[in-house]
Formats: sequence, C-alpha cells, structure tokens
Amino acid sequence: MGTFVPNTKEQQLEMLKELGFNSLQDLTAHLPEDVKFKGELDLPSGLSEMEASKAVKKIAAKNVVFDSIFRGAGAYNHYVPAMVGHVLSNETLSTAYTPYQAEKSQGILQSIFEYQTMICDLTGMDVSNASVYDGATAAAEAVAASRERKMNKALVSAAIQPSVMKVIETYCFGNGMELEVIAEKDGVTDIEDLKAKLDPSVCCVYIQHPNYYGNLEAAAEIGEAVHTVKKCKFIMGVNPMTLGVLKTPREYGADIAVGDGQPLGLSLAFGGPYVGFMASTDALKRNLPGRIVGQTTDHNGKIGYVLTLQAREQHIRREKASSNVCSNQAACAMAVGVYLSCMGNEGLKNVATQSYSKAHYMAGQFEAIGLEVENKDFFHEFITKSDKSSEAILKALEAEGILGGYPLDDNRILWCCTEMNSKADIDEVIAIVKEV
Amino acid sequence: MLVFEKSRPGRGISALPACDVDIVAIPEKDARESELHLPEMAEVDISRHYTELAKKAHGVNDGFYPLGSCTMKYNPRINEAMANLPGFTQIHPLQPVETVQGCLEVLKETEKALCAIAGMSNMTLQPAAGAHGEFTGLLLIKAYHEANGETQRNKIIVPDSAHGTNPASAVMAGMKVINIDSTPDGLVDVAKLREVCEGNNEIAGLMLTNPNTAGLFDPNIKEITEIVHECGGQCYYDGANLNAIMGWARPGDMGFDCVHINLHKTFSTPHACGGPGAGPVGCKEHLAKFMPGAVIEGEKGNYTLSKAEASLGEMKSFFGNFTVIVKALTYIKMLGKEGIPEASLNAVLNANYMMKKLSEKYDIAFNPAVCMHEFIMDIGRQAKETGITAMDIAKGLLDNDIHPPTMYFPLTVHEALMAEPTETESKETLDNAIEVFKSLYDLAYNDAEVLHNAPVTTPVTRLDEVGAARNPILKYEF
Repeated sequence: MGTFVPNTKEQQLEMLKELGFNSLQDLTAHLPEDVKFKGELDLPSGLSEMEASKAVKKIAAKNVVFDSIFRGAGAYNHYVPAMVGHVLSNETLSTAYTPYQAEKSQGILQSIFEYQTMICDLTGMDVSNASVYDGATAAAEAVAASRERKMNKALVSAAIQPSVMKVIETYCFGNGMELEVIAEKDGVTDIEDLKAKLDPSVCCVYIQHPNYYGNLEAAAEIGEAVHTVKKCKFIMGVNPMTLGVLKTPREYGADIAVGDGQPLGLSLAFGGPYVGFMASTDALKRNLPGRIVGQTTDHNGKIGYVLTLQAREQHIRREKASSNVCSNQAACAMAVGVYLSCMGNEGLKNVATQSYSKAHYMAGQFEAIGLEVENKDFFHEFITKSDKSSEAILKALEAEGILGGYPLDDNRILWCCTEMNSKADIDEVIAIVKEV
Repeated sequence: MLVFEKSRPGRGISALPACDVDIVAIPEKDARESELHLPEMAEVDISRHYTELAKKAHGVNDGFYPLGSCTMKYNPRINEAMANLPGFTQIHPLQPVETVQGCLEVLKETEKALCAIAGMSNMTLQPAAGAHGEFTGLLLIKAYHEANGETQRNKIIVPDSAHGTNPASAVMAGMKVINIDSTPDGLVDVAKLREVCEGNNEIAGLMLTNPNTAGLFDPNIKEITEIVHECGGQCYYDGANLNAIMGWARPGDMGFDCVHINLHKTFSTPHACGGPGAGPVGCKEHLAKFMPGAVIEGEKGNYTLSKAEASLGEMKSFFGNFTVIVKALTYIKMLGKEGIPEASLNAVLNANYMMKKLSEKYDIAFNPAVCMHEFIMDIGRQAKETGITAMDIAKGLLDNDIHPPTMYFPLTVHEALMAEPTETESKETLDNAIEVFKSLYDLAYNDAEVLHNAPVTTPVTRLDEVGAARNPILKYEF
C-alpha cells in the first residue's frame, strides 16, 4: 500500500495517547454509528510507486499518439518550447495556492500581472482577468457579465465552436438568460439576420473569429451593427495565436474579448486543462468575473502586487457576486506567459503566418486533386467537400499514422494546419487522399 | 522587475524552423494594426525570470501550509510524471473513440473510485473546479425539479458557515438563497431548518459541507437531509472537506443526492497557484439522466461515448481537466482501499493534536472535544486585549516560513484563523509550528509592535490593498 503519511505508527499512537485515545478509530467514536461507512471501499488495494507507475503507463499505451495531426476544431497542435514544461514543473509554483498572502506570493501575483498585460496587448483591450477554466466558460461568463436590467437576451452566431455554444446554453439554463442563435450564411454569421434580431432587450452579441469553419467574419461590420443598440456588448471569441497577425478584437470594435489560451503553450491533453482568457474595455472591468491582480506599493513604497477589485467576487459578495469563479487556471495562464516570452513578437507572428500559409497551401493542393474547398476567406482551418466519404479518407490517413481533419458529415471534413505540419507532411496527406 | 522591462528587441529563442511553403499574406482588411509588445528574451533570461518568481512564492514543498478548507497536502511527484506521459498529453480530444481507449479508461476508473468513496452511483469529471462543480450540482437539482414539473422550486438553503461560492453558485443557477444561522455550537440549527422547510414547496434544496468549515461533523446530518427531502428538496454536498471523512463516511450514506469533489484538495493534485483544479460531480440514480458531458459506456478496451438521456448540457469543452484527473487516479491507485481511510484519519489526528496543543494558549472556536480535519482559532479575545488581530498573527507566521491558516473565514467567527494541517505533515513539523504559534501569542502580549510590522523577511512588506482597488493598475503600460 502506498502512503504519504510521514508519522510512524508509534508516533500516531503517541499523539493519540496525548488526546486520550487508543486508536485512529477512536477519533470518530463520538459520531452516530449510522453515518459511518462500515464496509470496505470498492477499490483495489494500494500500490507502490513502481506498480502504480506501471499500471498508469499501461493505460496510456492504450491511446494512439499521432505524429502528424491535421485536426483542430477547438484544440490545436502547436509547438510547445521545452521552457514551458520546465517552468510548470517547478515544485513551488505547482504546489502553491491562490495568492491570498500577497507578501509571500509576489512571484505568482507578478506572473498573473504579466499574463494580464500580455492578454491586453494581444487583444487590444484595457483589462484582463487572471483567467477562467477554458474558452467555452470564458464565452459563457462574458455573456452572463453583459446582462443588464431589462436586457436579458444574448445573440450568438451559429458559426461558433459547437462545444462553446453548448456551454453558453448551459449557463443560460442556469441564470435564466434568453439565448437566440444568429443564422449562418455561406459559412459566416448572417448580418441581415443579426440586424433583424437586434432589439433593446439584447445585452450582447457573441461571434467567433476566425469562426468554427475557419472563416474570417465581417467583424467590424458586425460590431457596428451591435453598437446601434445602447449598452449592447460586442463579444468576440478569438484564437489568441491568430492575434500575432490579425486585427485585435478592439480594432474590430469588441467590448469583451474571450478565447482559449490552449494554442499558446498548452498541450492537447485530451481536452484539458486549457485556459480561458477574458479581457474587456475599462468601462466593463467591474463586470469581469474571477481574480484580477493589481499593482500597488508596500509600507516602504516598494512596488508589489495584490488581488484587487475583490468587491466583485463571491467571497465578499456571496449571492450578489457576478460569478462564483474562484480557482482559475493560474498555472495554465503562467504557461501562456512563458510561451509568449519564448516566442516574442516575431515568434508569435511566425506561428500565425506559418499556420495561415500552410492551410492555404494545403487547401490549394486539395483543390488540385479535385476536392472542393468551401471557404473563401479563412485562417488556418478550412472545409473540404468531396464525393469520397469522410470515413474512407480519415481511415486511410489513420492507417499511415496521420490524424486527418474533423469529419463534419459524410462528405465534409474540417482541416487545420499549424507550424507543426511540414510541407512533406501535407504532401503525404494529399497523396493518400488522392488514392482514396 | 517585470518580464517586459527585461525585454530587448532582437532577442528570442530558436523555437521554429523557417516556413517551408510560400508565405501567404493576410488580407489587409484583417491585418493587425497595433504594435505587439511581447517580451523579447534570450532563453537564459526566461529561465532566470521564472526561477526568481518561484523564489517569491511559498509552495507545499517550501514548508508547512495549514490553509484551512484548502487541504494543502503533499503532492506526490509520481502524479506529475504520469500526467506528463506523451500517451496522455499528445491526445487530441476529438480523436476517434477507438484511439482514446486509454483516456476513457482513466476517466471510467476515476469515476468508479470516486463513486465508491462518495457513495454515489454516477460521476461526471467535466467540471473544472470546486465552484464549477457546485454550479453543476445545482443545475442537476434544477433540471430534476423542472422535469417533475416543479419549476417553482427556486430557493436554496445555505448555512451561514458556507463558502462564499455556495450562494454565488446558487445565483448562477437562477436560485434564491435562504441563509440559515448556525447554532451557538457551530452546527446547523435543525429547528430553524424545519421551520423553513415544512410544507414549503419552493425549496429546491440544501447546500452543505460536512464536516463544516469549523471542522465540526454535524451529528444530526441524517435528520437534516431527511427534513429537506420531506419537503421535496434535494441535498447537495459540498466536498471541500471530504479529506476529513474519505473512506469512513460517505455523503451518499448521509442522505445527500449529489456532491462535488475537489481533486486538487482531497486527491493531491496540486493547487498550481490556484488552478487547474478539477471538481467532479457525483449523483444518485434519480439524477443520473440529467448529468452533463460525455457518458462512458461499455467495457475496458471497447468504451463508447454517449450522452445522458436528459443531459443538462456541457459545463466546459471536452472531458474536463484531463491530466488533473490522471494525477488523482494515480494517487487513488497508490493509496487504495486501505490508504484512503488511513489518510483521512491521520488528517483528523493531526488536526486534533494541533488543536489540543494550541488550546493551551489560543481560544478555539466552538471548543469541540474532537474536531475533524480542521479547527478555528478565535483571535477575538486576544485582539481586544492586545490589538493584535488574526491578520497580524498571520503576517507573523510569514516571517517564520509557515503559510498562515485561512483568515477571517468562516464569517461566523470574526477573528478566525482556520487551520488544516493535513495528514502529510509529521509530528515534528506540527510541534515546530505549535511552538511558533505559541510564541506569536506571547509576542502579542509582550511586543505587539513586532507583529504590527510583520512581515519583514518577505520580498515586500504589507501592501496597500485599498490603494490598489481605488486606483487600479491592472497591466504594465508600454
């Protein structure tokens, strides 16, 4: 049996005696018998570290690790510099908790302050929180944060990642907000439908850019339409990697920018942990949920950092808080900070440019072998349509150790390219698909 | 110094090869206009920057961390090694189901183990944190009442000793909070609960932590859950304090209908500066059809994915904080059926040992004969006599390399220091901490000024929080 209890049996007994007890079970003797569990837990006996390690490795070996990945759809295969894992494995940083004791948590607070700065810089917004669980919960929290008296309706584009839509729906089921979907036309948000659905009860409009299909939205035009309604917020869900080269949400007129930080230094990890970022204009800073770190000074005038604007939060406001978020994804936010420090301005632009260029190269190659590419104006994801069944294409690729795009239906596949896909890898896919 | 102040244009790391296809230009209408200000750093500078940040923090490896209600137990390094296996980290969440059988086995095994420990029939691992789990549990209750045509049930009972997340989660679930004051001995006031519940068809349910935040196991727990059930409500167990009872008492047997569990507390996945955590939610059969996320069916090697019949939706994208779950499963495998109650009872032993020794000087809130995993030092009398508050004692601890207990919580004790030593601390560590706590008590009476000025050994002294909130500086200005 494995144990992490350092006290020896003798020490335990010695401590028990000091308390007037003879056994560990005596500690619960004062409790009613009918609330105690008398059976044996339905679990195997404990293992040594060596046995546990073998057992878990055996489970991991049952997964198929693909060397060549062309699938995105909300989780992206990017290069993660070794430095990111190195920092996250630091025992102090991995085992500390939320920086409640600021004097002894300056390192953590500073890392969050740096992360907030980087998110603001990428998105062009004024204020960033310290992170939420993932991109989908960031979107749902942003929708909830937009609510005003007599403005209870959210309009959400049909062209967003389906899991994000589902999470927004779930949060709305909870808080009672009305959710209406804006239709999609030719793979992008239908602006006419948006305009028809805008009314004074709409508190926010949420779009994703590039959207689920990889297409660039007419974001500036959408923003203008949204702002014809007083106090209505324009929320943009963005892939932060693209912000190395794409206009910032602020430049498109967004009031709140959200997204998943996973492309910035977090491994695919079967869907998590990732990190949701949320940034807003200064006017909306008190609507943001979760922790926010601010700069201040100590008694001697030395600069330091603290959790701030806490009057928004659950531990102060309880049922009047704007959200229940407390634990966030601090270590993942730190990973984003390390990643962006590694990549710098040129590195991030390079990742975005390579992803964009390779996707366009691959799309062109698909067209050359007779597949239809549905997208016109896309970033690093695109859809092919073909007479060949999606299943046949993907199985043929899988047989060669390649994870192809995500099947949308029997004939349409959503592909993704990043800097990880070499020209040779792309050409190999094209050659295999040609033969299907 | 901030990373931005260390940046020098032209520096960088050699991360990527050159692009091997023709560069395609971004359409002008969508091209970024504003300048980027990301740090430009040499690799050695990044390494030193984060090493420096780590030195200005306190983790479980740095020393004792008795932060009440947070269960800062030791985080075994094998957990990290397993979570970093490429067979887990390199798996895309949307891979074909037959290629992710290992991941599904991790989820299924963890679900089964947590069900056994909590006394529940079903478990979802999708919620990303404790508060996220609370929200999930309340949505389960909401979906259940709605399915029964009882949409009027929108009131949730929360005792005054509850975590702040409880009422905040209730509001996110569209419920109104009924606060119930505790009895003078810190327990649920059964008479008041009965008064609120009897014949009340608007009660959605009750949210409760047991043992509660004062470390007291409520002996009336079965009566409490029965009262709520009698009026048609559901009972939600906040698993923040599960470390006190795992293996020897189960929320399911106490009458709870659903629970959340904090893997980052009870199951030793680290707190990681405040996340990622994981907040799995368990429920009994009558709530199972409303569960969110994926339902894993079938046998080992042939798992398939489906949805619950009347699923309330998705709490986040994909399958939860997966590698956090790998860590918890590794821990459960090592402890096994014998190690789990052993850990819990040792957590109770350590708390009682510390409480008894400290009661020689400090007042203990509610003065229990036996506490569970944590206890509260009430600094109220001392504060009146010396002017030294819970905050001052906490800051004094920082100068002694001990992370302070949770301050000013629960709200039912005004000058609270809530200490949770956990089972992974030795008697030697506890004895040392007890000496430090006692010496600070004496210091309050002998030389209060030292405590007023504490901490002095930390990278900064006490910070101006009021100023930070009044004139918020929330990012570096370039």
